[in-house]
Amino acid sequence: MAAALDAALPGAITGGHAEHNEPTLWIEPAQIVAVCRYLKDQQKFVRLSAVTAVDWLPADPRFEVVYLLHSLARNQRLRLKCWVAEASLEIDSVTRVWRTADWYEREVFDMFGIRFRNHPDLTRILMPSDWEGHPLRKDYPVHGHKYSYQDE
Amino acid sequence: MRESTLHTDSITASDATHETVDQIAAPTTSKRMVLNMGPQHPSTHGVLRIVLELDGETILKAVPDIGFLHTGIEKNCEVKTWQQVVTLTDRVDYLSNLSNNLVYALSVEKLIGDIEIPPKAQWMRVMLVEFQRLNSHLVWLGTHALDIGAMTVFFYCFREREDVLRIFEMFSGQRMMTSYIRVGGLALEPPRGWQQAVGKFINSFPSKVDEYENLLNSNPIWKVRTQGVGFVPLDDLLDLGVTGPMIRAAGMKWDVRKDEPYSSYDQFDFEIPVHKENDVFARYRVRLEEMRQSARIIKQALEGMPEGAWEASAPKIVLPEREKMKTQMEALIYHFKIVTEGFRVPAGEVYQAVESPRGEIGYYVVSNGTSKPYRLYMRTPSFGNLQSLAPLLEGRLLADSIASLGSMDFVLGDVDR
Repeated sequence: MAAALDAALPGAITGGHAEHNEPTLWIEPAQIVAVCRYLKDQQKFVRLSAVTAVDWLPADPRFEVVYLLHSLARNQRLRLKCWVAEASLEIDSVTRVWRTADWYEREVFDMFGIRFRNHPDLTRILMPSDWEGHPLRKDYPVHGHKYSYQDE
Repeated sequence: MRESTLHTDSITASDATHETVDQIAAPTTSKRMVLNMGPQHPSTHGVLRIVLELDGETILKAVPDIGFLHTGIEKNCEVKTWQQVVTLTDRVDYLSNLSNNLVYALSVEKLIGDIEIPPKAQWMRVMLVEFQRLNSHLVWLGTHALDIGAMTVFFYCFREREDVLRIFEMFSGQRMMTSYIRVGGLALEPPRGWQQAVGKFINSFPSKVDEYENLLNSNPIWKVRTQGVGFVPLDDLLDLGVTGPMIRAAGMKWDVRKDEPYSSYDQFDFEIPVHKENDVFARYRVRLEEMRQSARIIKQALEGMPEGAWEASAPKIVLPEREKMKTQMEALIYHFKIVTEGFRVPAGEVYQAVESPRGEIGYYVVSNGTSKPYRLYMRTPSFGNLQSLAPLLEGRLLADSIASLGSMDFVLGDVDR
């Protein structure tokens, strides 16, 4: 399948491995929508289980966006990964491939501050809309008080 | 004249003819009305807020607003040791905490690699997770029926749920936040006499499911309120990330227990109930049949429970027995290391999915080789299922929204995490 993908979209795959029998492909961020479209239409990856991210501070590029794909017909799961650098913090949205991506990308935006281009409504989903900062970043404190109370 | 009628106080009963009422009701620009439902509405089963745009009684647009129960569990997991995280997984989906315990334990065990879970622990896990499914479906059925106006079912369901909770209490000492499934096996040795308690419950349970069906299957109000309500095409459901009973009520035979068996599910004989009607009634039928299948699995687990150890022999990961800790130097050292520092998990990443009562729970766990998870992502079924809310409600009647929402069976703790 990786070979077929490489033939259809040369240069899209930048690496891959299969740790614990779970295939993972590294994808060139600019190609992510084309790759997803191909995997959904040609390789029967009908489901997108989730989209999430990992913060590898202080590495550069800092963020890893992870797409968890699932094919019901082949009974197979596949993980796609893209690096996103802190300087750009942008990647194309895959909402046009799977509508599921809508909330998951909003969650990644909310928690990591990664912006998804062409997303229909990229707003915070879990945190209040006026929240400052992105909680799941590694430099965001686990515990802290933004407000202090004199009586405390 | 028109202005004075807007002040309803000034209208006397004789003034309020149909003509004047219509004049008041008809807005000058548009007929649409925005209605706020929740976050404290009883039929949203938790703190879900939905902004509904109505034209008369028809819902034109439904925008869910979530996050009221967001407690930052994923962030919190990053500062807890691997074993401490178990208690947090309980609190994600408070109606199926054992499923969350299980998926977490399985994913960490997969990362560790060379740890073998004895058959007894695996079967015990299966049995308890199926009890959890009964518990969750019972709460769902009771509250869903209550929403639609069938009050008796609620009392019947909670009667059996109480028995399930007593069994949980017997095993773990806790009714809800059990934390009973741990990395490496179980938290405690199964209590003496569990066979009798489980046997007594499971022998009478199938007849209880018949009772629920007697109350609802031929109930004309129930049928009218649920049949043909809440239809969304299967392709849309898949595209929106819906999993679990909702998918199976739409004719898709997909269950993680069968397709990607875990924790020795492949040794059990059970069926995956599927219906094609894809409405609220079909979802009810699927869940009721799932209860019967769960009872079958529990019965098989009870009858064929393997003998032997209930936790892995991995001294670096599993806490030693209390007695050994007091008599053996090595056990004391391991105990000290696990409690103070926590065990280390090799660097790597895994995604493990299990079938919860609501659908696919998947934990994506990243380890960097330390004693704490580097990143723990919880793919929760309720979050995925709730995305189908807009297509389920839009274009339908407001009264049907209660039945449709209930049929999704979401838990807000599971949505917001």
